[in-house]
Amino acid sequence: MPEILDQARTQVLGDGVGLDQAGVLAVLNLPDEHLPAALQLAHDVRMRWCGPEVEVEGIVSLKTGGCPEDCHFCSQSGLFTSPVRSVWLDIPSLVEAAKQTAATGATEFCIVAAVRGPDARLMKQMREGVAAIKAEVDIQVAASLGMLSKEQVDDLVDMGVHRYNHNLETCRSYFPNVVTTHSWEERWETLRMVRDSGMEVCCGGILGLGETVEQRAEFAAQLAELNPHEVPLNFLNPRPGTPLGDRPVVEGKDALRAIAAFRLAMPRTILRYAGGREITLGDLGTRDGLLGGINAVIVGNYLTTLGRPATADLELLDELKMPVKALSATL
Amino acid sequence: MTTMTTTELWCDRCGESATATAHPACASARQLEPPRFCPHCRRRMKVQVLPVGWSAVCVEHGEIRG
Repeated sequence: MPEILDQARTQVLGDGVGLDQAGVLAVLNLPDEHLPAALQLAHDVRMRWCGPEVEVEGIVSLKTGGCPEDCHFCSQSGLFTSPVRSVWLDIPSLVEAAKQTAATGATEFCIVAAVRGPDARLMKQMREGVAAIKAEVDIQVAASLGMLSKEQVDDLVDMGVHRYNHNLETCRSYFPNVVTTHSWEERWETLRMVRDSGMEVCCGGILGLGETVEQRAEFAAQLAELNPHEVPLNFLNPRPGTPLGDRPVVEGKDALRAIAAFRLAMPRTILRYAGGREITLGDLGTRDGLLGGINAVIVGNYLTTLGRPATADLELLDELKMPVKALSATL
Repeated sequence: MTTMTTTELWCDRCGESATATAHPACASARQLEPPRFCPHCRRRMKVQVLPVGWSAVCVEHGEIRG
């Protein structure tokens, strides 16, 4: 057994104290023959500190495309030659999407907009949309609208948005290679205001942007410092027309190593499978991740790409005897 | 009077000719992506992805759903 896993067994599983950056790096550098042991330990940590339940979420794009920012992985930037066109979702369709999500057993519905930050029109659409959903659908509403002002944070709290997603995307040292139109620190500031407001903080990122293994460990440590309620873990799905459109996808074993390492860095967080898992891990890898530290999934489609059918994930959870977290357990 | 043809002239993923060459990579990718280009006229479509399904609208040829 590698020393780092012995250390993690005592420190993380036993005491609930996450690994530091050096420890995460040691896990990320484990040879393949020790990956099953790392995944098993990460699963044990998840079961001890989070329990067997899995939080299921659906997401929808309220405003697609035409974003002024240049996040190099994103097909919704208006600065690239991506074929994604700008489109707005109307409120009846938003409510229908929430109903579709609730019908899967999901307790979370996240409304996302491709913007630098919300303008008055978007905030009005959010206010009306969230009210309409709450009137008709029994589901928690989350939002992801880019960088916020303090007033907008307060408005979202007032609407009843209970969790706010704002991904740091990658570590601080690599961020300028991925985004040049705003800074990592600006994102951190929004996260700080969200935390102070009482909303739950959802913050993760994307692996496979060209970061080194050392920077992956740096990212895990920075997320652990933030201590978010939820960490969505995406794997780059290279999008045509974006600057990262020709990058290779993350190797399956590297993705699984990252899942175990992020869990060992953050024993109590909700660690969610997000975009890219279908092409990085496939069906078998998806199962391995759920037995290796993951305790939440986005089901159904993503913002501009398609996911596995929700039924496939729900059947897998049933087979693994992992109950879907009930709505009452999230309130 | 013109008659609308249903022949797919353009790849609905990359927007290149669908008749000149095969598009196996696009066909594979389309399993996890909605269409982006109208297969009849190559216009970029307005695409809305929903948790279940998607819709794509071509200003000339109307809406398709999947």
